[in-house]
Amino acid sequence: MALEGELAAMMAAAQRGDAAAYRALLKACLPVVAGIARAQGVRGEAVDDVVQDTLMTVHAARASYDPARPFLPWLGAITRRRAIDRLRRAGRRPVEVHDPLAFEAEADPGPAPGAHLETRERGAALARAVAALPEGQRQAVEHLGLRELSLEETAALTGRTKGALKVNLHRAIKALRASLTREGE
Amino acid sequence: MAARHEQLVEDLAGRLAPVRPLPRPGLRAAAWLGAALLLGAVLAMRFAAVGMEGQAPADFQLAMVGALLTAIAAAYAAFVTSVPGRPVGWALLPLPPAALWLGASGLGCLRAWVSPIPDLHGEHEAVGCLGFLVCVSIPLSLLIVAMLRRACPLRPNLTAALAGLAVAAAAATLLAPFHPHDTALVDIFTHAVVVAGVIGVNVLAGGRLLTRG
Repeated sequence: MALEGELAAMMAAAQRGDAAAYRALLKACLPVVAGIARAQGVRGEAVDDVVQDTLMTVHAARASYDPARPFLPWLGAITRRRAIDRLRRAGRRPVEVHDPLAFEAEADPGPAPGAHLETRERGAALARAVAALPEGQRQAVEHLGLRELSLEETAALTGRTKGALKVNLHRAIKALRASLTREGE
Repeated sequence: MAARHEQLVEDLAGRLAPVRPLPRPGLRAAAWLGAALLLGAVLAMRFAAVGMEGQAPADFQLAMVGALLTAIAAAYAAFVTSVPGRPVGWALLPLPPAALWLGASGLGCLRAWVSPIPDLHGEHEAVGCLGFLVCVSIPLSLLIVAMLRRACPLRPNLTAALAGLAVAAAAATLLAPFHPHDTALVDIFTHAVVVAGVIGVNVLAGGRLLTRG
């Protein structure tokens, strides 16, 4: 209760016009007011709004504090009232999440459930199909299709002509289409 | 955010002017009741007391005691609820005397109905009473709202309703010496309408006037 006595003394000094005591009092009140506001269910930035409202009311109503009585109940009553005012105002403003239509019309941007498993399965099937291709076709698919190298780079890597690579890629895609379609059925 | 609070603290400290703490609610209520009494004295000089022949019936006296106690209790409760941090249960204080006031008035009404006494006072009496009640209620309402505004009523509507009850009860008490003892149904109905009206106007206007930003 040391805090209580200090605050009451500072408030009495503030009523006499002591600005330094008043400044110290208001600063000491900040965490107290924020704590009471949170206990009332105020969250996030609204806590700071309640602190501001409360300080304004404390200033306007400072004559109503009786120095013979404890200070914290006086401050607490003002804070709780301002917190309730703030919650009521927030309650009147429409919140989109609570609107059923807005909630249902909004698509979930994240992956669908099980999407990860499906992606892995399709990758494994593609890898198996590519591995089963003849050597020339497999190289053409890996370098041109999957790694997205240019014809010149692939020709330099594999030592085949560009024409041969094009033919191999064409045949490989045809073969893959056939094998993957068969597998998918 | 902390910077925002620092700024406000500096602003408020810079604007600080000395204030005198308000007297205790009991003293403030007593001051208002004293003003009401003064108003009653002024009116007593203007209006000659009528209907003072004989002893007033017991239920009438009881009703007046109830009205007086209601005025005191409601005024005290209004001033207490205008101070932050005081228990809101004080608002219940005027209910028992108000029950006595209304109950005794109802009893008087019943008695007049069961054994009617020839009515010596005409219709103009009721109209006169209505005018009296309104004339007393307006200055008393203005005074109590002005006094309550100096404090910080956190429940403006509750405080305004208590103020309205105090005003109505005080007006009824002040009316007693000028009023015929017989409580006719019209009278009690008029009184009830005035009481409800005074409380309603106080809640509508006073509640807004008492709201602090």
